[in-house]
Amino acid sequence: MADRVDVLKTYKTYVGGAFPRSESGRTYKVYGKNDQLLANACRCSRKDIRDAVEASRAAFSGWKSLSAHHRGQILYRISEMLEGRKEQFVEELIKSGISKKQSRMEVDAAIDRFIYFAGWTDKYAQIYGSINPVASDHFNFSYPEPIGILAVIPPETSRLIGPVSMIAPAIAGGNTLVMLASQTHPLAAITLGEVLHVSDLPAGVVNILSGYRDELIPVLTSHMDVNAIWNSVEKQEVMKQIDENAALNIKRVVHTEQDDWLDPRHENPYSIVQFQEIKTTWHPSGY
Amino acid sequence: MTKPSSELISSQQPSLHKAYLPVSPIDEVGVRERVARLNRRSIKKDSKKEALKLALSMIDLTTLEGKDSTGKVIQLCRKAARPHAGMASLPHVAAVCVYPSMVSTARKQLEGTGIFTASVATSFPAGMVSLKQKLDDTRYAIEQGAEEIDMVISRGEFLKGNYSYVYDEIASIREVCQEVHLKVILETGELGTLEHVRKASDLAIRAGADFIKTSTGKIAPAATQPATLVMLEAIRDHYLATGHKVGMKPAGGIRKAKQALQYLVLLRETLGAGWVTPEYFRFGASSLANDLLMQILKQETGVYQSADYFSID
Repeated sequence: MADRVDVLKTYKTYVGGAFPRSESGRTYKVYGKNDQLLANACRCSRKDIRDAVEASRAAFSGWKSLSAHHRGQILYRISEMLEGRKEQFVEELIKSGISKKQSRMEVDAAIDRFIYFAGWTDKYAQIYGSINPVASDHFNFSYPEPIGILAVIPPETSRLIGPVSMIAPAIAGGNTLVMLASQTHPLAAITLGEVLHVSDLPAGVVNILSGYRDELIPVLTSHMDVNAIWNSVEKQEVMKQIDENAALNIKRVVHTEQDDWLDPRHENPYSIVQFQEIKTTWHPSGY
Repeated sequence: MTKPSSELISSQQPSLHKAYLPVSPIDEVGVRERVARLNRRSIKKDSKKEALKLALSMIDLTTLEGKDSTGKVIQLCRKAARPHAGMASLPHVAAVCVYPSMVSTARKQLEGTGIFTASVATSFPAGMVSLKQKLDDTRYAIEQGAEEIDMVISRGEFLKGNYSYVYDEIASIREVCQEVHLKVILETGELGTLEHVRKASDLAIRAGADFIKTSTGKIAPAATQPATLVMLEAIRDHYLATGHKVGMKPAGGIRKAKQALQYLVLLRETLGAGWVTPEYFRFGASSLANDLLMQILKQETGVYQSADYFSID
């Protein structure tokens, strides 16, 4: 009997709680250390973007109306699932060309980051909400509400911790999102989709696409149903294009420039609040 | 296809015995395959833009809910006339379709727009009342100003095999309608098989329908492409036999522009260009209009659109 044939994983996209291939049927090759061929990833098209945005829109009202506590539970659950598959992620990162030590640190940090933001889900509204003194018979209060659909563009170089550091605060705040995985190193981010899928995260809350960024970024950032863009690609021409596309329907844009994603300064509630809208209510209170 | 005999072409008068012309068995697999093949056709760029506008001009913009109010109907009529603010060169829809009690409101709003006022009648959607009540319902809708009547057939009688009842029923509504445009709803979702769909189509056409329509929209499945193809073929065979053109209206469940384009391909490939006009083809829909508008704007701006910037109804 010959040696057993390896079963290789087909890396697909994560859209609407399923793992479809790109609508276009296209793929591209992903290489690891020493130009070793690792996999064929989906080279998504604008129609995949359309489908992913549709899935996030469909998921948004359900996700934002879950109780904050429940959202926190789901984020904890993601950490637990990630912990269980730690070795797989470490191995995937090593294959992509990161040192063993660095890979372990990155996976640990990713797990901790979900825990960190899980804790904030039922706390940020008290801190960033307020009761406002007004000169009339009204009880006036303000509180943060999720902004809607996010386009998330993590740095090209970060395989796991970058995507995690952007997904966790975005969904902790009740938003849903479409994320573009790194073009050259997309595999860990795609595998992350499998973890999200088994963590009670409702379908469509997080959607992950892979492909050529210069094809995908213009379509995603100009989509009229996207409400905000979180970008951490530092190329001037990309940032300019994003700003221009955001102007079409006044999307909120945040360019995050730091690249050291392991740094604990990425653990802060401002990452949640930057994609919240403050809603103020005037409640009549005379008697 | 056999060549129609001259004897058949000369007999324009619909008559009962022709309702019983033998129906050849429907090859269900063949129908599905043909639909699937036509669905693969790709329509791009300018042709797509024209097709989307054409589909918009074929809509019977419909509201058939217990909660319909005068305000809702007025809003719908304004949308029918001017589908999207800020977009010139858009066609208006073909008709607005409402319950009989809303007809006068709609008619008043649509005066001078070139849009027809259509009304469902005959105790839509179930039609489970006496023939007399159905006739009265139809008369009432016409008195209120309906220019088109959408009637339902008695599916129960049809399924029992009481075809002459169904034929007579349609014929008597036809008599009441006189010049008013009559669409006959078969409710294909309740008929069960494509053979029944074909038989009901033949009955309705021979009893004097101006249009045959798939569904009420109150039953799932509503319009399906296989049922539509079978109905289109019934229309084609009738035309080849008599030279008389009957219209087609798929209704219910057509919400996406893509589906609408697929229906247009079915239509064009089965009946030819002569039917590709609001005079002979309609979509019974409400949310389809917005998706068509979003797709037209996508074609013009190159940017995917959001429902946030379109009217809710």
